[in-house]
Amino acid sequence: MNWRAIHAIYRFEMARTARTLMQSILAPVISTSLYFVVFGAAIGSRITTMEGVDYGSFIVPGLIMLTLLMQSVMNASFGIYFPKFTGTIYELLSAPISFIEIVIGYVGAAATKSIILGLIILATSWLFVPVKIAHPVWMISFLVLTAVTFSLLGFIIGIWADGFEKLQIVPLLIITPLTFLGGAFYSVSVLPPFWQVVTFVNPIVYLISGFRWSFYEVADVNVSVSIAMTLVFLVACLGIIWWIFRTGYRLKN
Amino acid sequence: MHDIITISGLSKTYATGFPALKNINLGIRRGEIFALLGPNGAGKTTLIGVVCGTVTASAGTVTVDGHDNVTDFRAARELIGLVPQELTTDAFESVWATVSFSRGLFGKPKNPAYIEKILKDLSLWDKKDNKIMTLSGGMKRRVLIAKALSHEPKILFLDEPTAGVDVELRKDMWQVVRDLRAAGVTIILTTHYIEEAEDMADRIGVISKGEIILVEEKKELMRKLGQKRLTLQLQEKLAALPANLFGVSQLSLSKDGDELTYTYDTQAERTGITRLLASLNEAGIRFRDLSTTQSSLEEIFVGLVHQDRNGGAK
Ligand SMILES: Nc1ncnc2c1ncn2[C@@H]1O[C@H](COP(=O)(O)OP(=O)(O)OP(=O)(O)O)[C@@H](O)[C@H]1O
Ligand SMILES: [Mg+2]
Repeated sequence: MNWRAIHAIYRFEMARTARTLMQSILAPVISTSLYFVVFGAAIGSRITTMEGVDYGSFIVPGLIMLTLLMQSVMNASFGIYFPKFTGTIYELLSAPISFIEIVIGYVGAAATKSIILGLIILATSWLFVPVKIAHPVWMISFLVLTAVTFSLLGFIIGIWADGFEKLQIVPLLIITPLTFLGGAFYSVSVLPPFWQVVTFVNPIVYLISGFRWSFYEVADVNVSVSIAMTLVFLVACLGIIWWIFRTGYRLKN
Repeated sequence: MHDIITISGLSKTYATGFPALKNINLGIRRGEIFALLGPNGAGKTTLIGVVCGTVTASAGTVTVDGHDNVTDFRAARELIGLVPQELTTDAFESVWATVSFSRGLFGKPKNPAYIEKILKDLSLWDKKDNKIMTLSGGMKRRVLIAKALSHEPKILFLDEPTAGVDVELRKDMWQVVRDLRAAGVTIILTTHYIEEAEDMADRIGVISKGEIILVEEKKELMRKLGQKRLTLQLQEKLAALPANLFGVSQLSLSKDGDELTYTYDTQAERTGITRLLASLNEAGIRFRDLSTTQSSLEEIFVGLVHQDRNGGAK
């Protein structure tokens, strides 16, 4: 393993994050605050509790997940797409590093950034509503696993994309809708039975459910199922990464 | 001594189906400056790409100091620095950060003193904290060279390093290359400025349409193909060449009959100039002025590629 190379890539990516620190932090903090104002005040005045949890508090894990998924995918996909776009990828390809080290560097940095943002949103929420974390270790585990898994997904998208459009399409057209429909703002049990079934096809339901369980011990599905599903995604992404590594897909001519 | 790079049976066909390299066999000697010349699209960049790892070969092997560049790519690539043809740099990084990044990427521990030296050698020291996007094209080119040198490579590939660099800085750049060579670094360069190859190279390879059509010591090449011409401006026009002149087969008369050109081999034991002049004297041909010109590498090169294009040479 060329640890120095991993370190160099990681630092490079973190420096990129630092350059855009204000907008990276401000945007999610502002949108989180807006969610609380809109959902918490407008809807929360009608729905006071969900599954026995104060509605404002109930949506906190979903909000964190929403940002975590989006940021992981966007950071990692942009991180690897940009060198392809500008041509600076020649340096990664001609350095004594393997694809695995490239992945660790980029995915590590993207996951770090989205975890930091997740924690910032958690802190922001605290200002608006009471938040209780029943299982802090599980909470952190879900946070890290999800960040890594979706950063891997983002990395795959960045390799696959051959234009900025494709880069935008997946987060916008897939991640956001699935998160909204994945129980970020409601318990799946409030849906009619047919839609409940449909919902369980949505992978993100399992992530949000497990994450929420680590806060309030309420869940749409058993927590072991959530953990299993998270690991399934992780393995699936690693599998695709392995395949890209074997074939050099879209990296070299 | 063994070649430091051995390329055997190398072919590359791009996904478009275009055969950019056809069965290349080439050895690069340790410590030499090798100039790879060829017209646009000949396959120079592709060949460099395959050796450095940015392009995957369709067939054939490359070994770098005994390490196969695919199965033992780490050991092979550690030895190589690459300056790409395209000006591909980050925009927002500082010069110092990007050069340090390159060093890290190649697994070398930090060495600020060494990076300082490179930046000074390349006249970039006063720009070290500037963002790369604020630099001029020629400065960016030098940043790319600094990046390539950051990990102290044993082999340096320079793909048109002087494109867009002004005369003064070009001289500095070649001085850096000479110093590197003196320190034992093997250098492979491409350039369209043939005088540069003539100045710098120990050996010259010519590639055309994906095939190496010639590899030769520069001196040998100049000797073999280098011819000198003696041009005599005549006082009185001649209607035709007198058949009894010495060396008439090497002589030619200009169209309007006022200029005689004698072509001779610089390396031949006797050039025949004395006898030619004596014979002209005897024939009563007098001249106003005379000059000699030597064919440059450029002419040799153009001749070769032209031959190849017309399906002449091998
Ligand atoms: N990615 C690619 N896909 C398809 N064809 C390519 C690709 N890259 C290069 N080629 C083709 O391969 C041939 C060789 O290109 P290459 O860049 O190696 O030439 P070169 O000798 O470096 O030329 P130049 O002097 O213009 O830099 C060209 O005909 C080019 O069109
Ligand atoms: Mg080229």
